[in-house]
Amino acid sequence: MKVRFRFSKLGKVRFTSHRDLARMWERAFRRVALPLAYTQGFSPRPRVSFGLALPTGAESVAEYLDVELAAGTSADVAALPGRLSPVLPTGIDVLATATLEAGAASLQHEVTSCSWLVETSGLSPDELQERVAAALAAGSLEIDRERKGQRSVQDVRPGILACEVDGTTLVAELATQPRALRPSELLIAVAGGLEEVRVRRTSQWIQRDGARQEPIRLSTDATDAPHAVRRAS
Amino acid sequence: MDPIRSFRGDGGDQFLPVHIQLGEDRRSQLGELRRAPGLLGLLEPGEQAAHSVVIGDEKGQCVLVVRSDGTHRTYPHAIRGKPLQGGICLPGCSLGPAHRPNGSRRYTFSQMTSLWPRIEPILAKVQKPARYIGCEDGAQEPVHAPHKVAWLLVYPDAYEIGLPNQGLQILYEILNERPDAVAERSYAPWTDMEAELRRRGVPLFSVDTHRAAGDFDLIAFNLSAELVYTNVLNCIDLAGVPVRAAERGPEHPLIAAGGHCTFNPEPLADFVDLFVIGDGEEAVAEVTEAVAAWKTGGRGAGSRQRVLRDLAGVPGVYVPSMYDVAYDGERLVSVTPRFADVPERVEKRTIADLNEWPYPKNQLVPLTEVVHDRLNVEIFRGCTRGCRFCQAGMITRPVRERSSEQVRSMVSAGLQRTGYDEVSLTSLSSADYSGIEDVVGGIITDPMCQGSVGVSLPSLRVDAYTVGIASEIAKVRRTGLTFAPEGGTWRMRQVINKLIREEDLYGAAESAFSQGWQRMKLYFLIGLPTETDEDVLGIAELARRCAAIGHKHSRRVTVGASVGGFVPKPQTPFQWFGQDTAAYLRAKVNLLKDTVRRDRGVTLKWHDPQATLAEGLASRGDRRMGAVIEDVWRNGGVFQEWSEHFDIRLWESAMERNGLSIDWYVYRHRTEDEVLPWDHISAGLHKDFLWQDWQDALAASGVEDCRWTPCYDCGACTGFGIEHVVASPVPPAGGSQGTGQDLSTGGTVPVRLLASKPVLTP
Repeated sequence: MKVRFRFSKLGKVRFTSHRDLARMWERAFRRVALPLAYTQGFSPRPRVSFGLALPTGAESVAEYLDVELAAGTSADVAALPGRLSPVLPTGIDVLATATLEAGAASLQHEVTSCSWLVETSGLSPDELQERVAAALAAGSLEIDRERKGQRSVQDVRPGILACEVDGTTLVAELATQPRALRPSELLIAVAGGLEEVRVRRTSQWIQRDGARQEPIRLSTDATDAPHAVRRAS
Repeated sequence: MDPIRSFRGDGGDQFLPVHIQLGEDRRSQLGELRRAPGLLGLLEPGEQAAHSVVIGDEKGQCVLVVRSDGTHRTYPHAIRGKPLQGGICLPGCSLGPAHRPNGSRRYTFSQMTSLWPRIEPILAKVQKPARYIGCEDGAQEPVHAPHKVAWLLVYPDAYEIGLPNQGLQILYEILNERPDAVAERSYAPWTDMEAELRRRGVPLFSVDTHRAAGDFDLIAFNLSAELVYTNVLNCIDLAGVPVRAAERGPEHPLIAAGGHCTFNPEPLADFVDLFVIGDGEEAVAEVTEAVAAWKTGGRGAGSRQRVLRDLAGVPGVYVPSMYDVAYDGERLVSVTPRFADVPERVEKRTIADLNEWPYPKNQLVPLTEVVHDRLNVEIFRGCTRGCRFCQAGMITRPVRERSSEQVRSMVSAGLQRTGYDEVSLTSLSSADYSGIEDVVGGIITDPMCQGSVGVSLPSLRVDAYTVGIASEIAKVRRTGLTFAPEGGTWRMRQVINKLIREEDLYGAAESAFSQGWQRMKLYFLIGLPTETDEDVLGIAELARRCAAIGHKHSRRVTVGASVGGFVPKPQTPFQWFGQDTAAYLRAKVNLLKDTVRRDRGVTLKWHDPQATLAEGLASRGDRRMGAVIEDVWRNGGVFQEWSEHFDIRLWESAMERNGLSIDWYVYRHRTEDEVLPWDHISAGLHKDFLWQDWQDALAASGVEDCRWTPCYDCGACTGFGIEHVVASPVPPAGGSQGTGQDLSTGGTVPVRLLASKPVLTP
């Protein structure tokens, strides 16, 4: 049985890394004695897979985790958020769960874009408005990108699916395929000297029947998750 | 008491009200409020709050506002930078003029302040920001109050090294359980963080509530290694406190220190107001009471001297400023108390029964990677194996075992609470614990552990028996095996009294490799007293023969020999020994490197001999070494135990500038009649016992473990009226080390040490 979790990462805990997050989850699963499937081998690890890594320091109300339960076991999926949230650090809250069909595609494979709130400093709201409009009008936006130590100049304009300005905050949808565009790269593409103050991932999107949707929808407004924001803050 | 204690003009543009006053009728909401996000403190009944107050998170998103009339309201959609209606302000905003008591100056409430809004923007710019956020499971957010003594417990090294420290965690819990104390934690900020803090004028802070270090009554350092001394000075300076104790006034916190290094406190005597020698569990209570009197007395002019004088009378507390030091040229003549009520000799504190102190009860579970990231349960304290190089074994006597029932319940509760899948049963020699097999077996077969909990035993004795225990453990998870023979030949091991026979080691190797282990690590020291080339080459021989035993079972077996340079430590039989020169140590390392070069399956690692030299300076220095430590720090020498920051030239030039001789402090053999800088600090050991043991060492004569054989009156038990607490009256099965061997092979004529050390050119 495979279970998908949607969770938040808000407040101080956002300064932990992706690796740190994996360890927090492993301890939480042990604390509630949820039987997980383990990898074979010398040093068995639980079969868990996180979606796209969140940059250290960024917040999110749309993180996902797929977990495979030990063979022959099952769990009351609807009860899991209530069991797990209290044993996770403040700021990490399980917002929703869903059972995955056998053979469901991985998050990394399915997610095509993410929505972000990027609070900036360095430009006035008017200047920011102007630069964003110019960037969106441009045919291409070439920036220096680095990946695994390899530097290359790439056009990131196709990766900016949407970008609105609200005061000094950017509300953007950035593509994750073929390669995920990071909020920090968006800022470089929009204007030099623009600094990120606070970044929050509000949605991850998959394509179903020609329309985009979240891997798990929340019953309330998905981009807000107000109770989680409150608890973390 | 006026909550406004000090003005800060350094860009303190944030007004951060954090205390809450509730009317008696609202006290029922206390539980709810304590859990409120961003809450930094609650006022006790009767205390005055100057303003209506705000609880906000670090984003400035106000969640709950409590007014001074006790009513409260939530503002879930507050926006940073926009004041709420009603004159209430948010963290990160300036309070309007009407709400500034003097209307003109910007200031913060020093005792009420969280620095988080100023720290948060820095965290995006530094490595490993999770080092600075706190939030560990088990972390406390204590409620500060004028009648509570506020301790800041600092581990003066990086977070990932300091967080697991058990001593600090034990005191953190004990203090926070007291009604008259609160305790928070801090760690040395890494160099990138330090640069940002200094650039922005942000002081050292606690990770629990991000409070400025200078706002605590005591800043207490854990001293587990000498090379952190320059970090201690750096932390004091970052706290905004003068580094020299003599320059501090009543407005400054007291600087305290505890831990193994305080058995020679003199190198830090100029910087630390008080040292607590020995076990801290009980002593912190008496220190808290003395400091509480100082705090409630208003910390007026001259009060600092008074409280230090009071503290000097607390058993186990050493206040260096209460002692005069006399020299005759290079020679130390005396350390004498300046007042009749100050003790001539400070005896260490020892807790008699470990079962009365089942701490930590809520071990901290860090959110980010640290060393020893597992549940740690201390199974006994003290060790009487009598290894002569080992300071820990000498200064923590007698042996005090925790009952096996308490060990089991601490393990079981700890695993359940933390979610760890590994527990370490800690002590100085865990296989010597009475009934260790039962305890280990109980853990790995405990149904709650689902057969998936690993057990690690640090400091394993070397013999096949302990491998038997290890193989039980390895049914769950197999890690490397580590043994510490320390010396390369039987003669050498008799000198240091680490009485492992070659057959013990080979038996352990045969047992381990036949059961499928692929890796074995062996720890050795070089630069030991009377060491010859033959002893050094013996290290290679042992490693090579272990590898050969392994290769009978698998071609992939590797044996790693780690070689550290020996630093003689205070309060041990080797305290009189002249340390090997860095050049000589390097020559010995080179000899080993050449020897094992062609050996299949043997790898060699060694410690930087120059770091060994610096550690030697800090270990056995007297009070004059303080100037050297300060000099190294002022020239940028921090994190000296990290190879990327260590620089021997800083130490050498500091010694030269201060007119001190490395040869005299480190390389020279000391004499029996010499006054040692730590003679006025007592670990309970008689000096004539240590000298006799030193003579026995030179005669290559071993002594047995007194846990199971008659007492030879080292002084640790008799002096304090405490005895070993050991459940088993007989030595553990198979434990040959120091018990039952034929020790008659030691020479009867002591080796004579050369007057000066051989000097080699590198």
